[in-house]
Amino acid sequence: MSGLITPFLMQSAVQAITPILLAALAGVICGRAGVFNLALEGLMLVGAFAAIVGSDFSHSAGVGIAAAVLASVVFSMILAYGATIFRGDAVVIGIGMNLLASGLTAYLLRVMFGVSGTFSDPAIVGLDKIPIPALQRVPILGWGFGRQTILTWAAWALVVLVSVVLFKTPLGLRLRGVGEQPYAAETLGVNVRNYRVGAVLVSGALAGLAGAQLSLGAVTVFAEDMSAGRGWIAVVAVMLGRDNPLYAAAACVLFGFADAMSIRLQSEGLPNQLTDISPYVVTLIALVISHRKSGRASSAAAALATTADEPQLDTR
Amino acid sequence: MSALPSRLQPPSVVVAIVFAALVGGALVLAAGVNPLNAYHQILVGSLSWGSLPDTLNWATPLVGMTLAAALPLRGGMINLGGDGQMVIGGLAGALTAIYLPGPGPLVATVALIAAALAAGLYAALAAWGENRHGVPMLISTLLLSYPAVGITSYLVRFPLRDVTTGLPQTALVPPSARLMVISDPLNIGLVLIAAIAMLVLYVDRRTVAGFELRVRGANARFARYGGVRLDRQATRVMFASGAIAGLVGAIIVLGSQFRFIDGALLTPAYTWSGLMAALLVNGEPAGAIFAGLFFAALQTGGFAMQRETSAPRVLTIVLQSIVILFLAVRNGVGRRAS
Repeated sequence: MSGLITPFLMQSAVQAITPILLAALAGVICGRAGVFNLALEGLMLVGAFAAIVGSDFSHSAGVGIAAAVLASVVFSMILAYGATIFRGDAVVIGIGMNLLASGLTAYLLRVMFGVSGTFSDPAIVGLDKIPIPALQRVPILGWGFGRQTILTWAAWALVVLVSVVLFKTPLGLRLRGVGEQPYAAETLGVNVRNYRVGAVLVSGALAGLAGAQLSLGAVTVFAEDMSAGRGWIAVVAVMLGRDNPLYAAAACVLFGFADAMSIRLQSEGLPNQLTDISPYVVTLIALVISHRKSGRASSAAAALATTADEPQLDTR
Repeated sequence: MSALPSRLQPPSVVVAIVFAALVGGALVLAAGVNPLNAYHQILVGSLSWGSLPDTLNWATPLVGMTLAAALPLRGGMINLGGDGQMVIGGLAGALTAIYLPGPGPLVATVALIAAALAAGLYAALAAWGENRHGVPMLISTLLLSYPAVGITSYLVRFPLRDVTTGLPQTALVPPSARLMVISDPLNIGLVLIAAIAMLVLYVDRRTVAGFELRVRGANARFARYGGVRLDRQATRVMFASGAIAGLVGAIIVLGSQFRFIDGALLTPAYTWSGLMAALLVNGEPAGAIFAGLFFAALQTGGFAMQRETSAPRVLTIVLQSIVILFLAVRNGVGRRAS
């Protein structure tokens, strides 16, 4: 076991967890408000691109993060208003947003920087890794967190913050009410539409942070479709976590380790085409096991079930 | 939802296309290109007499993937795993055609059947996962794509690689087992996809299975109440959808590339354009075929636009997704009836 868990493995695992975790928290907030957010992948990609643009023009990672958050919030308006005021199907809007994000970032990459595929520039300032020497000496956890970006710390702080807000504050109570019993919430004077719009916009901000970590965290590069399914894995983490931030975080840890493990197996000489698939295989296995364990479908699974007939609240 | 009474509204699709053209025009302008010139190039590059064969050639796989997406969508199901199913079909077809001895046309036929079977079974796996294990197909089809792409990529890079070329690709399909050419660049694959389109239309309009699928799409509970076994239906539909995707992969391999090249099936993103075309009309097959042809023309014209102006052709993907989003937001395209 000690040969398997190395400082490098822990560091790359924690690094791999960060964007998935931020995106999963975004999904949790939406799920609690009763909006199924399938656009995490696209929101992340938009954030990753905006972070590179912001950092490239300003030579500041902070501006990069701000640009990522802003762009993803603006992009999330499509879902925020489309799925509430206009009552569009959140699944179709989510798929459409993911494709739009993929096409739009590829288009802007060519128009703004004149390149296709990947873009890197010395002017881009990445996120600083915060070294904590005292922590680096602590085995396992310390190895993982001893040298990470501010967004990694923010992600884990947000797990706590989102849990507290959801379960210990009136705001969280109303948000959960909006998701679980929209009619009751409306009767009690909670504006269902505003809460849902707000939840999606906040999730856009979190997905933007996830994107910034992706393009400015471990590397300072933007590659087309660089979110590479992480947004979908976050969707699964939300499902496995049953819209609970702590459980979703646990699922993210599992996927992060699968990801880090694949890097390690690669260094052992396994071809990367095979090791790259391990997070997806782990995700599928986790989905099967979780259903067997509980027999109860999460809200997301229920929303996705092809036999679902959810009540629709008239939010006009 | 709109202030206008419904009879005063122009058809939604037209409004959506105009809206997408306007947003796209702004993007083209941002690239320093005159939008009118760009759109003119798209039109000429896709629908002029000289470019029609190219459009049809591009439409063959795209309409195929549209049908693969439309079939499940007709019943309210979404297959996001077209990429994985296509590469499985492509590789199965390539291997059969390369290694199976026998007369060429027979080998090609067997290769196409093998492709459809392999990809169909892989897609049916997702239905089995939802029926038995409660894993939503929307997620599982997509997640299953990654292992399929990864493993086929590994196979053609290592055990099955044509060592004489140094590229990640299989050996060449023998000329006798390739699809018959109608007139370059069109081959018999076009006829095959057209036949499948007819078959899907027939099943949808004239058979009990098609009716049951439409009932499911309108109201799954009612379908179950009416005696439709939803789980078996899902398995059958996903098998058919995957089989079409696999055929598309094999048609590209046996008809135009003559070998399985790593990544070559996925770069044009037929799966996603096909899915968008199917979503545009909520899986109704005739409309989906038309939408697939429309998107094929758009993308073929995109090549001309990129060649003649400096606007990148990925713009056409942006236009397609704006059309879908506009329709989804405006009148609940794809809203599963409750």
